[in-house]
Amino acid sequence: MKTPLLAIGSAPLALDALIAAVADRADATGSDGAVATFLGLVRNHNVGRRVHHLEYEAYDPLALRAFERINAEIQVRWPDVRLALHHRTGKIEIGGASVAIAAASPHRGHAFSACRYAIERVKQIAPVWKREFFDGGDVWIEGATADPDDEQALAEAERLACV
Amino acid sequence: MRVTLKLFARLRDIAGTPEMTRDIEAGATVRTLWQQFAAEFPEVASYERSISTAVNADYARMDRVLTDGDEVAFLPPVSGG
Repeated sequence: MKTPLLAIGSAPLALDALIAAVADRADATGSDGAVATFLGLVRNHNVGRRVHHLEYEAYDPLALRAFERINAEIQVRWPDVRLALHHRTGKIEIGGASVAIAAASPHRGHAFSACRYAIERVKQIAPVWKREFFDGGDVWIEGATADPDDEQALAEAERLACV
Repeated sequence: MRVTLKLFARLRDIAGTPEMTRDIEAGATVRTLWQQFAAEFPEVASYERSISTAVNADYARMDRVLTDGDEVAFLPPVSGG
């Protein structure tokens, strides 16, 4: 089965499949000079707490829309980038991957920037929540207010991506 | 009019359900529905300024006017990645 470029679901993530998906360019075979990748992992500690595992919840159809929007923003900034972005939901153990991103481009700079931009935007706007289970309890982690039109958030993502 | 309300993360825990249907007056906005929800579950009041919302699985503003059958989601601050 062909790996979709954008996906959210409970299946374990396979970075190899994302790399293959972005390398599969019908229009420009052989033109890529780089694939930058990012794998987000579940860490065993957070703000001084010993973490046992995480549970991710998402509003799947809106999450896919968010990924499409992030991809569109990337196409405006780096038109030669092909992006793959998968987010996992459900229970993920320590060391497991929660998000996988691959960005292919003729130029390494574009690939690195697009990859960084994508993860920053996921954290800012994707309707995904993590529940942290730690020694002594559990808590929903609450970060950014999801507003895709927030100019300040866009500027911050661009700054981190070295635009 | 009747709309479906979808709830996530802590809002879902507070309400005790991921989904509910609510009757609203014609001309009601997302904000109207939020106020109705907050009246029913006072614990959510602190989210007034930090939630974002979606209508029919697309981002929407609080002043969006609802129509019969809409699916409205209240999104607490997100923490993906």
